[in-house]
Amino acid sequence: MTALDYVVLLGTMLGIAAYGMWRTRQRASLSGYLRGDETIKWGTIGLSVMATQASAITFLSTPGQGYESGVGFVQNYFGLPIALIIVAAVFLPIYRRLNVYTAYEYLGRRFDSKTRLLGACLFLLQRGLAAGITIYAPAIIISTVLHWPINLTILFSGVLVIVYTVSGGSKAVSLTQRYQMTVILLGMVAAFVILLMKMPEWLGFTDMLRVAGSMGKLKAVDFSLDYHKRYTIWSGVLGGVFLSLSYFGTDQSQVQRYLAGNSLRESRLGLMFNAVMKIPMQFSILLLGALVFVFYQFEKPPIFFNQAVWQAQTQGPAGDRLRSLQDQFAAVHQEKEARIRAWLNAEHSGDATAETSARTQMLEAQQQSNELIAQAKETLKSADPKVSKTDADYVFITFVLDYLPHGVIGLLIAVIFAAGFSSTASELNALGSTTAVDIYQHVVRTGATDAHYVSASRWFTALWGLIAVSSALFANLVENLIQAVNILGSVFYGVVLGIFLVAFFLKRIGGTAVFFAALIAQTLVLAGYFTLQIGYLWYNLIGCAACVILSVGLQAIIGPKRKTGAPSAA
Amino acid sequence: MMSATDKTTRPAEISPGPASEPPEESTGLPWFRSWRAVYLFVLGCFVLYVIGLVLVSHVFA
Repeated sequence: MTALDYVVLLGTMLGIAAYGMWRTRQRASLSGYLRGDETIKWGTIGLSVMATQASAITFLSTPGQGYESGVGFVQNYFGLPIALIIVAAVFLPIYRRLNVYTAYEYLGRRFDSKTRLLGACLFLLQRGLAAGITIYAPAIIISTVLHWPINLTILFSGVLVIVYTVSGGSKAVSLTQRYQMTVILLGMVAAFVILLMKMPEWLGFTDMLRVAGSMGKLKAVDFSLDYHKRYTIWSGVLGGVFLSLSYFGTDQSQVQRYLAGNSLRESRLGLMFNAVMKIPMQFSILLLGALVFVFYQFEKPPIFFNQAVWQAQTQGPAGDRLRSLQDQFAAVHQEKEARIRAWLNAEHSGDATAETSARTQMLEAQQQSNELIAQAKETLKSADPKVSKTDADYVFITFVLDYLPHGVIGLLIAVIFAAGFSSTASELNALGSTTAVDIYQHVVRTGATDAHYVSASRWFTALWGLIAVSSALFANLVENLIQAVNILGSVFYGVVLGIFLVAFFLKRIGGTAVFFAALIAQTLVLAGYFTLQIGYLWYNLIGCAACVILSVGLQAIIGPKRKTGAPSAA
Repeated sequence: MMSATDKTTRPAEISPGPASEPPEESTGLPWFRSWRAVYLFVLGCFVLYVIGLVLVSHVFA
């Protein structure tokens, strides 16, 4: 990092925060603070929804996943377009017709107060924990780059995002996300182009894909019926529909974004923009990771990408063993590079026998390389059990710091940081809104002034910010950031979605039945998560199905519900 | 000093304004006159993406 990088980094970070605070410096009404001005067009909504979901984690973990496991993670998003169509066609018109601030208000109208509170509390629990991980993600970049203590970095960045969010409210979040997302997309394209330019001149784009594919990095779709596998087309479509339906339809951090649209049309088009763009975007980021893997076949990569941990451990008792593994890794890497060249030459010559032989030798070298990496990770873990063996989150940032030109380094880190801020801002905004509207205004203090509730919303947003910072301090215990967020979502989202699906589609079910059904279903999901070995995406389906089935069963036991005239999807 | 809007209170069950929005609006798009057409277009894109990814998986396996 040079002075130029620091200028770009700090200028972007502080500039975006200052812009948001300046544009929202005037005192807002409750509606303005929680929903913006409801004047926003579909393009901004689309980018805002995208920016809320694609946080700094997207830039840290996703290329790392592409590097380590290939592009198969894209299947996780297969359910998203279908879910967004359902949200746009069913959920959104009802939210807009009822003119609600939060999704959980609808549950209060449709069922009763306790079901509204249950939905709100499940959201607060899940999103409160996830917000901590969202703050942690950019903090690890800064701590790596500047060699700051990670906890100090979390506190610094956490306080800055709290100030920005508390001050700006929903309007500032939407305004700044539009620019942040534009910069993010430009940054991603710049990284992609520079990566291609850094590849060996003799290596064409098709050859890059051949190398990535031969090493198993381009298996995008897996039709396996093995339910132990984390990512298959079936878990992606079925589990992904439920995960996305829960996230976009019932998670206030997203609902708040598209309710800011100035009409049903703008909100719908914003969602459809995401339905079309999300899969190509995620695939591009994963492909970027897979191509970074190809790049490192011709440039010597570190045996362990978290170099801070590596350097520390090589100074300790395991140092000799680690250095020995590093030397062996360097030798195998050199051999592997030669074998990849031989394989590509055999491919180009059209000699099938030579190609098969060269491919076998290349894959053997890759196997040896993987074994050495695994041994290095085991040695690190043995030397210090507190050390995480996962270094995928450090892959992309290592590439950026080592190979991108100065100025672009600062810009990309600023982009990652700003993306983290925008996601955290959405989360804190939603957490503060839900606490203020669904708990404080609904239960604790009804009938106060607008100004009082704006003030309460600010205080609750700040409080959630502090909770998120506290949980961020423990996030380094989690193996992979993006998976951790999705696992958290899958454990809680299914049941919340079940409550909403009953609300929308099963008019005969009352509040008491769905409330107890949701409690039992959530207990079952948690028990299953800690005892069963199945892909986490399935818990969205299990939690949702359990909630719906139990609601029907309990309602049958309780008897017909009293007529309330509540709104429904019909 | 509080403005007039600051003093506005909301009913206990939170209904911040009139619920007057029509259930359906025009898409305003030149090629897709109905929302059903927009949704079919999105589904079509999804199917094309999956086919493309399956092809990538097989061609570069």
